[in-house]
Amino acid sequence: MAGSAGSAGSAGSRGLDALYQEIVLDHARRRVGSTTLADHPEPEGSATSHQRNPVCGDEITLRAVVADGPEGPVLQDVVWEGAGCSISQSSASMLTELVRGVPVEQTGRLVAGFREAMRSRGALVLDEEEYADAAALSGVSKFTARVKCAMLAWVALEDAVRRA
Amino acid sequence: MSAPTTTAPAGATYDAAAVRAEFPLLSGGAQLPDGAPLVYLDSAATSQRPRAVLDAERSFLETANSAVHRGAHSLAAEATELFEGARETVAAFVGAGPEQLVWTSGATAGLNLVAYSLGNAAAGRTVPGHEDAVRRWAPGPGDEIVVTEAEHHANLVPWQELAARTGARLRAVPVHDDGVLDLEAAAAVIGERTRVVAFSHVSNVLGVVNPVEQVVSMTREATGGRALTVLDACQSAPHLALDLPALGVDVAVFSGHKVLGPNGIGCLYGRTEVLEALPPFLLGGSMVTTVTLEATEFLPPPQRFEAGTQPVSQAVGLAAAVDFLRGVEQRFGAGAVAEHERRLEQRLRHGLREVPGVRLLGDSDRSERVALQAFDVEGVHAHDVGQLLDARGVAVRVGHHCAQPLHRRFGVTASVRASAALYTTEDDVDTFLDALSGVRAYFGVGR
Repeated sequence: MAGSAGSAGSAGSRGLDALYQEIVLDHARRRVGSTTLADHPEPEGSATSHQRNPVCGDEITLRAVVADGPEGPVLQDVVWEGAGCSISQSSASMLTELVRGVPVEQTGRLVAGFREAMRSRGALVLDEEEYADAAALSGVSKFTARVKCAMLAWVALEDAVRRA
Repeated sequence: MSAPTTTAPAGATYDAAAVRAEFPLLSGGAQLPDGAPLVYLDSAATSQRPRAVLDAERSFLETANSAVHRGAHSLAAEATELFEGARETVAAFVGAGPEQLVWTSGATAGLNLVAYSLGNAAAGRTVPGHEDAVRRWAPGPGDEIVVTEAEHHANLVPWQELAARTGARLRAVPVHDDGVLDLEAAAAVIGERTRVVAFSHVSNVLGVVNPVEQVVSMTREATGGRALTVLDACQSAPHLALDLPALGVDVAVFSGHKVLGPNGIGCLYGRTEVLEALPPFLLGGSMVTTVTLEATEFLPPPQRFEAGTQPVSQAVGLAAAVDFLRGVEQRFGAGAVAEHERRLEQRLRHGLREVPGVRLLGDSDRSERVALQAFDVEGVHAHDVGQLLDARGVAVRVGHHCAQPLHRRFGVTASVRASAALYTTEDDVDTFLDALSGVRAYFGVGR
């Protein structure tokens, strides 16, 4: 029911539903990849990145596990632990779903494209074919104060992969 | 200074809407996309400025702008007169004399000034004739600097750094669950080795008015006058009639942009003996008498602490803000603003109590308060709450409000804060409460 026209009521004005799409709120609850990192193995080829949003205190600790594949390194697994707003949590969840099992080289392109879209103030829309559920975050770019929330997990992935 | 009551017509009632009409941004300046009126509940972060302040700054710049305290031309003399006149006006606003009021760029700069001045004293830099006085307060290894866990980072981080530079230990007085300062704990923490006690008059998160005189006398007794008391008056200056000398603190700071004035201007008040004894922090032009290549003699306060070019038009604007506040008091009678804000405080806090899933950070009936309330909405992050309120035209603050330790103490990383000012109406509070009551449903929480 969350974010539906009925429950949004008058709060649905001014394009808010473009921000809080059903699928965004759904991911914020499901939190794919969310775990307690202390209980999680840290295999060879893994690196962890801690990122903070100084404005609101939101944080994420994301671990990327990189393994050799037949055509180069592959992001074998992504897990994370964090607290934050629905945008930051849902973005981490969508990112995890998107990049698990993807070649490392491709994750770099995905992060760069995501960043570009987030900074576009609504001019760029993420391709659903390429970004899957995360394409629903396109609407965030019109809410400049929330871009950092959406970027948090992606910056953590970029940093972890670089060091893995 | 409190305004005379004689000019208020008998039976005049406070008219917040009429006061609000004096604020261009609040009366149509900030247009919302659908034309709805802006509900501005973020005055604790920055207050809006009345036309009188904007006019004063503009008029100064158009007719008198020039460098102060230098130059022989008549424009410079006029600017200097306005600048020093502003100092008298603003000093009187907090019950002080002009020689007790130092211009700073804001409260943060004022607190850093005091912390660095004490650090300089600890390193042996003292003012001739005042060596003993300042050495009493300068912390050294084994000494203690006391803050509270409710402090804004501006009244915490400079003391952490001073402790690190001098080998002193930083200690924090806790607050009770209802936001009231734990005075028993304070009595245990403040002791012989205490050199500084830095605390806020009103926490920018809790809204509770701290018992300044009690803390001051407690400090004096426990340390025999060896500790400097430092008051952050940022959140009290806009709401309470301040008489800083009567409160007994050694120094106090506040910011212009929170008392209807401009950005980039703030004040450091100090007891005369204290300002005379403190060595300077920022060094350079305008704060010296004789300079040779080897050594420099400094001017007495307040100029000793005002190195470099000063924010003159901002000072003039701040004086206009203080005059505006006094004018409102004269128009509606002494205490009318305070009474209005008291009603807002009750309406806000009691209204919040009724919203399901809302937990107040500091909810006390046993202390005086200002109309400022932070809260947590169960199951919905503060950022999301703020976003939904914004969609209804309600501006609140979300985040940790530069008080991370206090949020940690209440078990949250962020909260929502609604804060009022004299131009806030009861309708504003009601619109906010109505918008808030729909937030959890929107996110599918609490059903």
